[in-house]
Order: sequence, then C-alpha cells, then structure tokens
Amino acid sequence: MKHMTESTWIRWLLICLALLFLGLFLILPLVAVFMEAFKQGTEMFVAAIIDEETFAAVKLTLLVALVSVPLNVTFGVAAAWAIAKFSFRGKNVLLTLIDLPFAVSPVIAGLIFVLLFGSQGIAYPWLDAHDIKIIFAVPGIILATTFVTFPFVARELIPIMEAQGKDEEEAAVSLGASGWKTFFRVTLPNVKWGLLYGVILCNARAMGEFGAVSVVSGHIRGMTNTLPLHVEILYNEYQFAAAFSVATLLAALALVTLILKSVIEWKTQRKEELS
Amino acid sequence: MKRKTSRSSGFLPGFGLTMGYTIIYLSLLVLIPLSVLFLKASTMSWDSFIGTILDERVLSSIRVSVVTSFFAACMNAVFGVLVAWVLARYQFVGKRFIDGIVDLPFALPTAVGGIALTSIYAENGWIGQFAAEWGIKIAYTPLGIWVALTFIGLPFVVRTVQPVLQDWDLQMEEAAATLGATRWNTFIRVILPHLLPAVLTGFALAFARALGEYGSVVFISGNMPHKTEIVPLLIMTKLEQFDYAGATAIATVMLIASFVMLLIINYLQWRINKFDAAR
Repeated sequence: MKHMTESTWIRWLLICLALLFLGLFLILPLVAVFMEAFKQGTEMFVAAIIDEETFAAVKLTLLVALVSVPLNVTFGVAAAWAIAKFSFRGKNVLLTLIDLPFAVSPVIAGLIFVLLFGSQGIAYPWLDAHDIKIIFAVPGIILATTFVTFPFVARELIPIMEAQGKDEEEAAVSLGASGWKTFFRVTLPNVKWGLLYGVILCNARAMGEFGAVSVVSGHIRGMTNTLPLHVEILYNEYQFAAAFSVATLLAALALVTLILKSVIEWKTQRKEELS
Repeated sequence: MKRKTSRSSGFLPGFGLTMGYTIIYLSLLVLIPLSVLFLKASTMSWDSFIGTILDERVLSSIRVSVVTSFFAACMNAVFGVLVAWVLARYQFVGKRFIDGIVDLPFALPTAVGGIALTSIYAENGWIGQFAAEWGIKIAYTPLGIWVALTFIGLPFVVRTVQPVLQDWDLQMEEAAATLGATRWNTFIRVILPHLLPAVLTGFALAFARALGEYGSVVFISGNMPHKTEIVPLLIMTKLEQFDYAGATAIATVMLIASFVMLLIINYLQWRINKFDAAR
C-alpha cells in the first residue's frame, strides 16, 4: 500500500543517522579505551595490569561483588515471592520503595552511610567504642554498593513471576510438596533466566560503581581501592596509559555483561516462540 | 490483618517469611539510612539551611546540573526515538549487535565512560581537535558535561519506546494511509501522539539519572565552581571539607527533587499500562 512505509532513501538516511549517533556516543568511547591503553606499547599495558595495587583492587572489587550480589539475590527472590504470589494492600507503595535506590544519586547513597557511621555519624560513638570501622573501610564500600544495586534482581523477577501466575505452585502444594520444595522444583526452573539476567546486571553495577563507593572509601591504596577508584587515582596522577589499561578490565566486564544479556534475551525469546 | 488477604488469594506458604524479610531488609538498607539524611537536615536551623541552599555557588551548580541534564535528555529523546524506530522497523546488517550495544552505558562503569569521553573530546582528542579548529571547546566546558550526560542517558528512551513500537498495531497507520495521509503526516498525527507517553517516560528517566550522575561527569567537566560544577560534585566537595551540614542540606533538596521525578515517572508508566490495557 502507498504511504505505508518510507521511501528507500529516507529509510537509509534514518539508519545512517542512528548509526552515526551511536557510533559517536557509544562505539567511539569503547574503542578509545582500548586505543589509549595500548598507546605506549604492550609492555606498559601488561605492567599496569600485573601491578600489585591493581591486583589488590581486583581482589577488593571481587569481594564486594561476592557479598553484595548474593545479599540482593536473596532479597530479590523473597520480595518477588511475596509480591508476585500474594495480593495485599500497599503493593504499589512497596514497589515504589524498592525502586528508590535507582532514583537516588550515587553521591547521596554514599553520603547517607557517612552520616550514619562516619566520624560525625549517629552510630559512631558506639562503633568507636567497639573498635569497628565502617567508613573509609571495606564494610562501608560493601554497604554503599549493596544500596545502589538493591533493586536489580527484584525488578527483574517480580514481573516474570507475576506473569507466570501461581497455578503451578498451588498444584505442587496441594499435592503435598513443601514450600521450599515448591520453590526450588517449580518456581526456580521457571524464572531461572530472569534471575540470571538480574544477577548479571546487578554484578556489573556492583563491580563498576564509582560515585557511592568514592564517598565512603577514602581512597586508601591497596586497602579500600576498588577497580573504578584505581582508574580514577591513576588518571588524576596523569598516568593515562595505566589508567586506561586498568579500565580495559572494566570495559571487558561490560562487554561480557552485554553478550550474556543478549544471549539470555535470545534464549527467552526463542522459548516464547516455541511455546 | 495481612493473613486474611493472603488466605483469600490462595494457600501458598511463605508469605510471612518473605514479606517480613523484604520489609526488614528494605528498612535496614534503604529506608533507615535515607531517613537519617532528613533527620540530619532537621537538626539544622531553617536560616542556615536556606542560607546554604541560596549560596551563589550552590545555585550556580543547580543551574548547571538542570540545564545540561535537560538538554542531554532532549538529545536522548530525539535520537532515542530514531534509534528505537530503526531497530523496530528496519532490517540491516549488524542490527543484533547494535541492539545489544545500546545498553553499553548501563554496563560500562561510569568512571571508564568518563575518561574515555574526556580523551575523545579534549583539545587533542579525536573529535576535540576538529572542534578546536572551529574554535569550540568541548571537554572542560558545559558542552562536555552535556556529552557525558547524553552518553549515560542514551538507553532510557530507546528501551522505553522500542517495546511500544514492536507491539504496534499497524491498523491505525493503514487507516491513515488509506485516507490519503502522507507518511510524514501519519508519523506526526498518528504515530507520535501514541509514542508520547513512552517518550516522556524515557525523557524523565534520562533526566533524573543525569541530575544525579557523578562518575562520567567529573573527568570531562573540569569542575570549575560557578561554571562547570554540578550538584553531586559540590556535595562531594563539601564532604571532603568536612562540611557535613552543607552537604546534607544540598543532598536533601536533591533527594526531594528525585522523589518528585520518581512519582512523575511512575505516573507516566501507569498511564502507558492503562493505555495498553484499554486496547
């Protein structure tokens, strides 16, 4: 039919414009990270990666993700079970509250923990008396990271579990299965891809968080320095090649995240088409 | 009181346990820490609170943040619709790759995005050198902040508009075409009005994210007070000077603004869902 589609040249113009925009704003920065990393040769790159402080930063980043991701997975599963399988008053309020950390600036996310546990904080006298350090120490970094990654898993799981309804679970329970058994044998297999999707996004943010962690860390080298903070320190010391070399580790993490995400999207789409 | 509703809606176990855990975890990690900010702000006298906010430097940073975030969200609204349209309607080589890469700003740590954009748009950078020939400075000016905020807000409009276009019912377009409308007229009069709630949601999400953004901006902005200092950076500076009251006052205003944005976004999404349900 006439006028139902655009003429070929408009079509190509639009595609080219879109690609130009994405190339300029997305592809170019990504390429720049790798180009700048190898600007002063492969040796400099390797030296920056196997550096002791880089190694410490990698270890801390992994530790932070290893604590905060499981915490938020447990919460996400619990919240999704309560919200998707039951009806109760105030559900929308609860959903909005779960979204809150996404609306809060990362800097404020760090600030609230400084106000709670920092040297002028409410809980500081007690912490000091018991010789517990949270701000400018690892626990603060974990807390701030857990805060900013809080909604990821819950937000992925809730719509999926709502869409699946509760017929299968009710059938399992009426046949005598326990609640835990029902969850692990019926619910979990149904939502595993959605759960994995949430975990991947949660993990990417946990390893890459900068603003919130920057407020609470104190930038102590080799001690409270995560990978993104290490990139910042190197950059501010004008060690640009080293900064970009360390940044390639984080860029690689981002690429792996995107690939896994696409694979899961592709898998779940195929499943929908088959069923 | 809860038990009654859960019993009436089914007999699955675990409501008490999961709900209790959800409420406790939410309170400990999010609600109590956030309320401490308001508690701290309430210990300030009204005069010193207002005095902090109305300070020249604070007002400048608010202006810089709002103006750059607004124009970045505008850029994202226009090009977000374009990218979503191209991905939903056309076939071309590498489409799957492009579709995946759109989420890069979500996956790439903001600090990495920040230093990469700075190296490109600095005066000796790939793009910065051409701009410099025209006498335009990008990095270390508000223009640089705008570039960084456009980068981090890019996926929002694409990802809110794309599903709407993919579930699109072509009948309305067909009707318009049968009645003799040109393609451009159809787009302006039929397609765009139906896309508007999704575009506005994406715009609001990008704007809200841009207002709070820190990591990608600090490197490219140059951080000059009154000129290229954004609100989150000013909070950071106050904290480094141990001016906790100042940081708290600014953060409180910002947090309230974020809550208002969140309510607007929720309202817009509710409108879209209602519209979908009506069809």
